[in-house]
Amino acid sequence: MQSQKKETSMDKMNIGLAKRYRKERRFRLFGLAAVFASITFLGILFISIAANGWTAFQQSEILLDIHFDPAEFDVDNLSSANYGALVKNSMRSLFPEVKGRSDKRNLYRLTSSGAAYILQDMVMKDSGIIGSTKQIWLPADDEVDMFMKGYISRDVAESDRRLNDKQISWMDTLVAEKRLEKKLNTTFLTAGDSREPELAGIRGAVVGSLFTLAVTLLLSFPIGVATAVYLEEFAPRNKWTDLVEVNINNLSAVPSIVFGLLGLAVFLNVFGMPRSAPLVGGLVLTLMTLPTIIIASRAALKSVPPSIREAALGVGASKMQAITHHILPLALPGMMTGTIIGMAQALGETAPLLMIGMVAFIVDVPGSVIDPSTVLPVQIYLWADSPERAFVERTSAAIMVLLAFLISMNAIAVFLRRKCERRW
Amino acid sequence: MLKKGLVFAAAASLAVSAVSSAYAASGRDYISVVGSSTVYPFATTVAEQFGKTTKFKTPKIESTGSGGGMKLFCAASGVNSPDITNASRRIKYSEYEKCQKNGVKKITEVKIGYDGIVLANSKEVAPVAFSKKDIFLALAKDVPDPNGSEKLVANPYKTWKEVNPALPDVKIEVLGPPPTSGTRDAFVELAMEGGCKEIGWIKALKKKDQQQFKSVCHTVREDGAYVEAGENDNLIVQKLTANPKAFGIFGFSYLDQNGDKIQGSNVGGVSPTFENIAAGKYPVSRPLYFYVKNSHVGVVPGMAEFLQEFTSEKAWGADGYLSDKGLIPMPEAERKKFAADVKKLKPLVLTK
Repeated sequence: MQSQKKETSMDKMNIGLAKRYRKERRFRLFGLAAVFASITFLGILFISIAANGWTAFQQSEILLDIHFDPAEFDVDNLSSANYGALVKNSMRSLFPEVKGRSDKRNLYRLTSSGAAYILQDMVMKDSGIIGSTKQIWLPADDEVDMFMKGYISRDVAESDRRLNDKQISWMDTLVAEKRLEKKLNTTFLTAGDSREPELAGIRGAVVGSLFTLAVTLLLSFPIGVATAVYLEEFAPRNKWTDLVEVNINNLSAVPSIVFGLLGLAVFLNVFGMPRSAPLVGGLVLTLMTLPTIIIASRAALKSVPPSIREAALGVGASKMQAITHHILPLALPGMMTGTIIGMAQALGETAPLLMIGMVAFIVDVPGSVIDPSTVLPVQIYLWADSPERAFVERTSAAIMVLLAFLISMNAIAVFLRRKCERRW
Repeated sequence: MLKKGLVFAAAASLAVSAVSSAYAASGRDYISVVGSSTVYPFATTVAEQFGKTTKFKTPKIESTGSGGGMKLFCAASGVNSPDITNASRRIKYSEYEKCQKNGVKKITEVKIGYDGIVLANSKEVAPVAFSKKDIFLALAKDVPDPNGSEKLVANPYKTWKEVNPALPDVKIEVLGPPPTSGTRDAFVELAMEGGCKEIGWIKALKKKDQQQFKSVCHTVREDGAYVEAGENDNLIVQKLTANPKAFGIFGFSYLDQNGDKIQGSNVGGVSPTFENIAAGKYPVSRPLYFYVKNSHVGVVPGMAEFLQEFTSEKAWGADGYLSDKGLIPMPEAERKKFAADVKKLKPLVLTK
């Protein structure tokens, strides 16, 4: 009679409890899977970019014995000398058996057309080297570089390669003599843009990005903070401030190309500012980042407890003193975080810059905010569309540099939040 | 508060106008070039060479597309406007008219060479020979009824073999540029319209109804057989190596650089090689131009020298450095004619 135990409410609860635990485990698993998926995608992105791009930090160079023949130079006009001929003479002396015009041309093609400019710079810097013979590492052509890095296969039929069999045999000789080696590619970090992949660098784009961001920061931070302080601390609550608030939120969702069109219409056409200048780029990006900064700053101001404000006013501080002495310093870390995130957004932007002429080929590194310049993401876009195969790895390398900037900016934002932000 | 705000606003606008007036007064010390993305690789090569071998600054070259370049070029005359615009087609009468209206009176036209447009596929499969008619029948939106009547039907062809029994039995899949691209315009005009004209009754249509003729010959099918792959030709090359069944449409320089991975198809019995395009045998090739504002020569430093560099034999000649970049040089007589035009700055006169 008693074998049939009556089900107590405790049993019922236990069954329910097991179910609830299962549900919770499943819920947690979903979350974990989502995190895992996003890390995988990010990992694939990083790995593919790094795998494509790391080789760009190396560049094949050829060791040549350059004889600065005094007969070639006119002392009064050093720049008019035929520097290309110095490189050609040296190549010929390495391979004296090469005869015939087209063979010689193919031989000369192993070196970069930039080699002559490097010699020119050396002579211009120190004319004392004229008459001497020096061993100099000079950049190899991008085709040679691609071959050295294994992007061009020997097995392909000769007619389908941009290097013929003779050129490859010369390269093998050079490698055996230790005259052709892969070296650290400093040009990539120190030069401006170029149409020759082996001479192209990202310095111009990096400097352009820095100028543009400096203008953006100088304008958007004070304006954004001032707007946030006024709206949060002084503005009366009425229809007008509601309207302003709605519009700020709307602006943050406007596609960035619209700001570019506005920049073209106002800054270029009305004010007559120069095209392609970081100044105008900075102004346009200011418009784009302002809403982000205002919203973040207002949130930071809101998070300061009212007790601090009231205590300050209570001991006789004026409203301005309460704000500048107490509220702003406490809200500043939050504001800075918002600003840095806004800047990181601006750093990655290309669309608005298209309209104001910053998508351009610019060789000279800009020296001021009104010099023509381009920015990092635009440089990536331009290289990605270049036919030369050596630009593929340089595109990935430029993306790596951009990512490094973005990661360090976001890391600073996280650091500021951890270190300075106070919680109540 | 309000007063301070006003003072600040006034100071800001003063600063802005100071910058722009300083800029306008000092003039520009570099050449500003805008225009076609097809001419961009060639113009930039000349610009770099020019910057490195002369005392002038390297010209700034924007890639805005032919149409966008013309718009900027013709908007105004003076330092705030570009000096040169590149184009992958000839200037249109409407654009010329706009230039005249906006005070850009004297323009010199310079043809720099030719660009071939290729239809290429992966090296893993056999090369293919198309006729222009095949291209039209495979890619047009409406084609003549296959039963032979003079009627247009929505393109029924699914595989190349259906178009022409000599072609392989694979699905029609062509990756090409979007309608905004000059490459697309030229391809449609040269290859598709060329094939269109081979069909007698459509050719007759041209005389009767120009508008309809154009819409028949120039409209590309939209049922997925033609895939708009964006303006990035490198991307098309990558997709072709990944998918050997597909064909791609792009400029000759990309074929030139990737000869180990892709091959150009014969069009009308001619293969797209450097020699064939230069000799004018390959049917799908177009001239490339740039246009110069004559009034800027002598005002913007280095203009005359830059024009001379661009039109020198070592740049655009048969063995010049531009041919290394994939530009197909003009015949010698044509080069001489345009070099002379540039020297004299012979103004372009267009009539409707």
